[in-house]
Amino acid sequence: MGLEAKLQQDGFITTTIDSIIAWARKSSVWPMPMGISCCAIEMIAAADPKYDLARFGSEVMRFTPRQCDLMIVAGTVTYKMAQVVRRIYDQMPEPKWVIAMGACTSSGGMYRSYNVVQGIDQFLPVDVYTAGCPPRPENLINAVMTIQKKISKTRARDFQDIPMPKPETVNN
Amino acid sequence: MELKELIVEKLKKNFGESVEEVTDFRDDLSITVSTNKIVDVAKFLKEDDDLLFVMCKDVTAIDWAKRKKRFTVVYHVYSFKNNYTLRIKTNIDENPPKLDSVSSIWLSANWYERETYDMYGIIFTNHPDLRRTYMPEGFQYHPLRKDFPVLGIPGSLPLPEKI
Ligand code: SF4
Repeated sequence: MGLEAKLQQDGFITTTIDSIIAWARKSSVWPMPMGISCCAIEMIAAADPKYDLARFGSEVMRFTPRQCDLMIVAGTVTYKMAQVVRRIYDQMPEPKWVIAMGACTSSGGMYRSYNVVQGIDQFLPVDVYTAGCPPRPENLINAVMTIQKKISKTRARDFQDIPMPKPETVNN
Repeated sequence: MELKELIVEKLKKNFGESVEEVTDFRDDLSITVSTNKIVDVAKFLKEDDDLLFVMCKDVTAIDWAKRKKRFTVVYHVYSFKNNYTLRIKTNIDENPPKLDSVSSIWLSANWYERETYDMYGIIFTNHPDLRRTYMPEGFQYHPLRKDFPVLGIPGSLPLPEKI
């Protein structure tokens, strides 16, 4: 029933490299599950059959940053953990996106305290914030779809060869 | 004889004046002892055949902020033989906030004392490895002290650079 069912002979479509690459890229966003605390459970639920993040091409959670393009920071980021989060982010290849999942990552949430970073945008470029404590899986899926919309507007030349930064070494 | 009376009597007999205060509030016996006797009291409580408080469940502190002896260090110890938890307290001065470590008696006190050091800045002498547990090494403050602001001191904890 898809597009190809309409074809009578060898088919072809005309498009631009930019749009076909953006389409491919947005349909296979591989998340890096940076699940640090309770929000991670909802992130897992989003990938489960009931909510099924796979419908949007994002079911492949990779536990190595080198194969990911989307970092889902799900959980309370303390100052000590911030160094680790940033280090993992630095190891992801360009182009990459970040979702700040939940109140904690967006603003410190209920931890208005000396040890929790009051919003990860202090050290990471966040693309989408997700409200809730924890956000429901639908909300996370919505965030992934927002990222997809964002990706579909990109063009290949937006991502020139960006060398990977050397991760800083911090002794904690 | 009831267990609580036995504990108090034994301690008073062995340590006399060093037992500063005994309170029994809602069935919780707590005994305040002099700081310089804390290791001896610990050893006695652990090794006495009737008591056998072999397990140290917690070491923590209280910051009274304005009191002359600013800190109280609190130990909770447990006896399997009697199924009983006892609280031992000792009051120490602010300058310097020092007392002897009991980690040679109860091994579990090792990390509890490290935590107390981290949060209150209380220095346990003769501790094998007095490092911070939660806060990064190099952090200069002790967060559970009453004069530490809840939101911390700006710039005291490093963040990665913004990109
Ligand atoms: S936002 Fe709520 S659910 Fe998520 S990590 Fe923070 S406290 Fe946990």
